[in-house]
Amino acid sequence: MIHMRTKEKAIEILMMACSFLTVLTTLGIILVLLIDSIKFFSEVSIVDFFTDTQWTPLFSEKHFGILPLLTGTLLTTFIAVLVAVPLGLTIAIYLNEYASPKFTNIVKPILEVLAAVPTVVYGFFALQFVTPLLQQFIPDLRGFNALSPGLVMGVMIIPYITSLSEDALRAVPSSLREASYGMGATKFQTAFKVLVPAASSGIMVSIILAISRALGETMIVAIAAGQEPRLTFNPKESVETITTYIVQVSMGDVPQDSLEYRTIFAAGLTLFLFTFILNNISFWIRKKFQNKYE
Amino acid sequence: MDYKLEAKNANLWYGNKQALKDITLSIEPNSVTAFIGPSGCGKSTLLRCFNRMNDLIEGSRIKGEFLLDKANIYKDIEVYDLRKRVGMVFQKPNPFPKTIFENVAYGLRINGINDKKLLAEKVEWSLKNAALWDEVKDNLNNSALSLSGGQQQRLCIARTLAVEPTVVLMDEPASALDPISTAKIEDLIYELKNKFTIVIVTHNMQQAARVSTKTAFFYLGELIEFDETKKLFTNPEEEKTQNYITGRFG
Repeated sequence: MIHMRTKEKAIEILMMACSFLTVLTTLGIILVLLIDSIKFFSEVSIVDFFTDTQWTPLFSEKHFGILPLLTGTLLTTFIAVLVAVPLGLTIAIYLNEYASPKFTNIVKPILEVLAAVPTVVYGFFALQFVTPLLQQFIPDLRGFNALSPGLVMGVMIIPYITSLSEDALRAVPSSLREASYGMGATKFQTAFKVLVPAASSGIMVSIILAISRALGETMIVAIAAGQEPRLTFNPKESVETITTYIVQVSMGDVPQDSLEYRTIFAAGLTLFLFTFILNNISFWIRKKFQNKYE
Repeated sequence: MDYKLEAKNANLWYGNKQALKDITLSIEPNSVTAFIGPSGCGKSTLLRCFNRMNDLIEGSRIKGEFLLDKANIYKDIEVYDLRKRVGMVFQKPNPFPKTIFENVAYGLRINGINDKKLLAEKVEWSLKNAALWDEVKDNLNNSALSLSGGQQQRLCIARTLAVEPTVVLMDEPASALDPISTAKIEDLIYELKNKFTIVIVTHNMQQAARVSTKTAFFYLGELIEFDETKKLFTNPEEEKTQNYITGRFG
């Protein structure tokens, strides 16, 4: 009997250790980011960091303004969201309300493959295919630009929006559907006036997660958006995102434990704060609106 | 006699299973007709034929005629138009997660009515007809989900009335409610028949006896007997009806 209890206890501890491992990893990441960021901010003023409009840590005349990297990140993310939200939602509504279950069961897994394509493939797709294609229509589009990787990233995050939104729409009780159809509403009216509002919290969560994913995306923008930190919202220009910069420095020959090297931790911390806040908002939405029909 | 609703030799199949067998019955305007019978007898199915809610079920097909004011429901009337003329109240209260006002205004809005004054008038008219106005008139912007079950069901009735249908179909409208709320719904049904034609499916025979003018008894997809409620409950023609209303099966 005692033996059984010891065994149970051991299993419990093992499982707890597993979950602690993830917590510790997160804490470790935050710690590393913080330590090097603090060292960084002891040399560079935090005001300059957020107000300087140039980011040139690797040049002889150094500027440490995160804004160009931030605008680069936000610009590519914005373009991606502009593509993914309307498309992703439309697909979700179509699959849920219009398509036959057979069709949905075939299309949904195929759609999810989009999220499984290695991002390096997307990167080269953007650089070698989408950019030249766009240049046919927009002659002054740069070889490296924000538009093309933004669009491709948008396609990549469609499954995040479609999949979660479709689940949210499916969770709307069919009694609401019946109520709407029973009053003579069309499919379109039912979808947009009843189902989408009723599923709005789930749809919001899906959009936020997709934004987080786009903010943190590295390979596509590193390959196709360029490496020129530039304070611009012009999608035709070449921009550098925070993630691209981190790759650039960590792959380069910057000596470790130098100020230049620490810039990546400050930049990383900035990015982390963004995604952290977004994840918390989505967690809060999910908590607040869950059990609405129970 | 100008009947409001008619079924002529109506049959319905779900896949291979026949749910309605050769049903013929006529419903008079401004009456309350009750459909009774044991579960699976086809009473809800027949009810749902009159506003084509069975269309939403995959694999259902019909044969025979269903008429509304002499017009063929499945051929001569567009389905959206039909459902505006033949409203439906469901078994479980199913208000939208919107405000009380917006729930009632829904049917008007999907008909393109957005004039504020007109909406307010129609919402008030509907809520009054559903005997809910006095309870909610100060809280029209509260969520409909904050109402009690009985109030929610009356809200759903108000929502149905808002588009001014001529027929209201009710599928066991009080089966999920407590006795007091049920009594309110029954009083309401009695009132509503002055303006609307009501068809109600119920499991509760006392309820059928209390609210309806005529009653139809169904068994295994067939219409066994259709008569004045009083006659059907006191002196039925058919033995099956007799057995059912005395509780020998069902």
